[in-house]
Order: sequence, then structure tokens, then C-alpha cells
Amino acid sequence: MPDAAPTASATPEKASQLRAAVRNAAEWLAKWLLSPFVEIGVLFRLLWEAVFWGIRPPYRGRLFIDAMEFVGVGSIFIISLTALFVGGVLALQLVDGFRDFGAENQTGAVIGLALAREVGPVFAALMVTSRAGSAMTTELGSMRVTNQIDALITMAVNPVQYLIVPRLVAGFVMLPVLTMLFNVVGVFGAFCVAVGLLGLDPGVFMDRLRWIVDWDDVSQGLIKAMVFGVALTLIACRQGFYASGGAAGVGRATNRAVVQSAIAILMLDYLVTSIVLGQGFF
Amino acid sequence: MKVFRRNVIRLTRPPLPPEAKNDPIHVRIRDVHKSYGQQHVLEGVSLDIYRGQTNLVIGPSGSGKTVLMRQLIRLERPDSGQLLVNGVDFAKLEGLELAAMRRTFGMVFQMSALFDSMTVFDNVAFPLREHANLSRKEVRERVMARLSALGVAGAAHKLPAQLSGGMQKRVAVARAMVLESEILIYDEPTTGLDPITTERVDDLITETEEMFGVTSIVISHDMASVVRIADHLSFLYQGQIAATGTLQELLNSEHPAMEEFVRASRVSLD
Repeated sequence: MPDAAPTASATPEKASQLRAAVRNAAEWLAKWLLSPFVEIGVLFRLLWEAVFWGIRPPYRGRLFIDAMEFVGVGSIFIISLTALFVGGVLALQLVDGFRDFGAENQTGAVIGLALAREVGPVFAALMVTSRAGSAMTTELGSMRVTNQIDALITMAVNPVQYLIVPRLVAGFVMLPVLTMLFNVVGVFGAFCVAVGLLGLDPGVFMDRLRWIVDWDDVSQGLIKAMVFGVALTLIACRQGFYASGGAAGVGRATNRAVVQSAIAILMLDYLVTSIVLGQGFF
Repeated sequence: MKVFRRNVIRLTRPPLPPEAKNDPIHVRIRDVHKSYGQQHVLEGVSLDIYRGQTNLVIGPSGSGKTVLMRQLIRLERPDSGQLLVNGVDFAKLEGLELAAMRRTFGMVFQMSALFDSMTVFDNVAFPLREHANLSRKEVRERVMARLSALGVAGAAHKLPAQLSGGMQKRVAVARAMVLESEILIYDEPTTGLDPITTERVDDLITETEEMFGVTSIVISHDMASVVRIADHLSFLYQGQIAATGTLQELLNSEHPAMEEFVRASRVSLD
């Protein structure tokens, strides 16, 4: 039979190709499953380096002020605008919902509580991610691909200390401030809609707000804001600092930074809430 | 409180050992290996860098020139081998010793790597503000002196993006030289430049060497530039030094890759 020999040799070849394909698929799957843990490891290493270099001289005060100005002052407008509309839409929904069972006088209390504990820190962090976090990644990424970070190293300047520490501190300090701003403007927006448009009594709105919302609620939001501030700047800096692949690589890094920051903020929100309330663990 | 003074740690370049002053060899690179995973880029590179001369490392693309440069200024650590600078093994240094030793080198990157958020003046002043305990007036005087010497004083208040490629190179040299480094490394200084600017950059390299008495290391594959500026040449091929010597010696080299490189670049001493 003339075809017998080729068929016999083709079978082991196919089997070895199949084995190689399965091995590649298994490697890819393992890498994919492990990649979040690798990423978390890289983030914690960078955080450790930032703490290590952050406490060592020289202290470059100007860089800290610049970073805080960029993260904080530069975000005031976008935070105020979003807070105004978020407060307004909360008032619209709650007054409409509460009227069904005659509880609309609780609107101020619920809005205050929601803003202080959840909506304020989460929205402020998401807004800062989209405005300042993405810009940080792009700036650091551009510096990396144009050898500016290497230039810092050759001039005996530690790039983590010079570039990352001021940004992390700015996130840690300015996010709580922006959260407070979000809360105040959000309540103002809700007040305008609930009282000005929907006819709620202003005294009742404010009285319920003051009665329900206390310092514990506000501080819970501020703790979250500090955690989010560090997380979002750390992720933005990590993606930019280790960017590669030219302009396209910087674009991909920025995209990853925004997506990872948004996910991290929502996951950390659950984690911090669980810890603060002492419940909700799996 | 002393601890809150800015720049408490000042990195001073290590003093030049007396025996090193008369040593014609400034840097000895010995048996340097570097791999990335399975890819062996440098496979036992050994070469001498001569004091006060223009030393060129040439070779085709992918031969490991930039990787060698990154080891030389310790942007990466070699897997094995020695980088003896004034007799001190730079490859083994860590922490503050490494940072201090880095002040021996000035680096001019391929795309200049100027900080694009700073003016030309601030770029050149940057190393002084970081490492030298000088008043504002002194910083200004030293920066303007360097910029004037290199013919770019008029651009002091411009941003790097507003300068031509040749001017950016001049500013990068000024920044690399402002702390009076002993060794100046140029990574592909003429890549992407037009012939006139290329010639100006070549002149800049030789002028800088004469003006400041530095040792120059130029990583290049531009043979036209090589002929103009080289005192000493090393040909890197497949991760090893395939030929080394003067320009005349290398042009007459019988190494097949070197012969092909010279032939393809169509240069001669005439």
C-alpha cells in the first residue's frame, strides 16, 4: 500500500502538534489567571518604593505643590459640575419615589447620607481618574518612551522619588478635599431641585439632613477618598512609568490606567465599607 | 532642623585616583555579558575607552550598541563582567555610591531626552539645582556660560519643542556637561538629522571634547560621521567586539562583517 508510510508518520506529528497547542493554551490560560496577581504585586512594590523614597531627602516642596495644584485645583470645576447634576438627579428620583408613600420629607437626609458615604468619594475618584489619572499616565508614559526617565537616572535623580511620590501624596491629600467639595455642591444641587423645582419645604430638607448625617458618615467617605486617591494615582503612575511601545504603547497604558482605576475604586469601595461597617465579608 | 533641609544628600563625584590621571585608558570594559530571557545580546564584550579622545562604538542595527551603552551608564546591570571607570568597578556599585559615580558620566540621548515641560534654561539648570549647592545667581551664570559656549544662549527661555534637532542636541550637551562630567556618551547622535545638521553635531562633539577636555563615547552606525570624528573605533558585531583600533586600521580590517559594513557605507579616507 503506497499511502501507508506517510499516514503512519503523520499521526505522531499531528499528536505532537496537538500537545504543543494544548501546552500553549494552558500557558496562556495560566498567565491570564495569574496576571491580576502579578499586577497587584507590581503595584505594591511600587508603593513600597514610593514610601521608601518619600521619607528620604531631598524634599522637593515645589513638586508637591505642583502635583496638588494639578490634582486638586485643576479638578474643582469638573467635580463641582458633576456634583451639581448628581445632587439634582438624586433629588428628582428620591422625591418621585418617596411621594408614593408620603416620605418625601426624608429626601434631604437620604441624599446627605448617600453623598457623604458613597456617592461623593466614588464620583470624585472617578472624575479625578478621568481628568488627572489619565493625564499622569500619558505624561509619565511619554517621558518613558522619550528616555526622559532614563535621563533622570543618568543625572543621579531617583525617578520614583521625583515623579511618583509627589503625585501619590497629591492623590492622598486632595481626594478628601475634592470629596468634601462634591458633598457640599451635591447637597446644594439637590436642595435647588427638591426645594426650587419640586416644592419641598427648605426647613424640612435641611433639618432632616442635619438630623441623620453626622461626622461618622462624613469621615467614612473621607477615609474612602484617601484610599481611592492613593489607588488611582498609584495605578496611573504604574501604567505610565512602565509604559513601552512608543505613542501607541502610551495610549494603551492610558486606557489600562483608566479601566483598572475605575475597577479598583469600586472594589475598594466594597472592601472599605465592609471594614468600616464590620459586616459584608464573604 | 537639619533633616528638613532640601538636598541634604549631595552626590559628589568620587575623587580621581592619582594613578588614574596618567592612565591613558579611562574605562575598561571586560567580558560584559547581557541576556534578555533566551536572547544573548552581549556575549563577552571587552574594550578600552581612551582618556580625552573620541571613542566610537559602531556596528549594524541589532548588534547590541544601545544595550552596551545602557550597561555603561548602569541604566541596566550587566549579567557578568567588569566596567572599570578610573579603576572602580561601576558594575558592582549600589545605592549612593552608584548615584555618585553616575556624575562621572554625562549622557546625550538619541532624541536628546530634554524635559519637555521645562525651558532650555531649566533643563540645563536641573542637574545644578539637584546636586550643586549654588545660589540662584551662580546657577544662572553657569547655565548661561554653558549655553553661550555651545551657541544656544538665545534659546534659554524657549521650550525644547520650539527648537530644531541640532539645537536640541546642543542643549542636551550643555545639560550633560553642566556638572563637568569626565565622560560624555552620545547615543546615535546623528540619526534622523539632515546632512548639514549631522555635520554640525559632529563639530559639536569634537568642539566639546576640545573645550572641556572630556572623554567622548559615541554609539553610531553613521560611517560618514565616524570618518569625521573618530580617534578610536570599536566594531560591535553579534554581541562581541569584532575589530578595534584607529579609523585606518578598521577601514583596512579583514573581518568579513567589518569589510561589508565599510563597503555598504561607501566611505573611504579619501
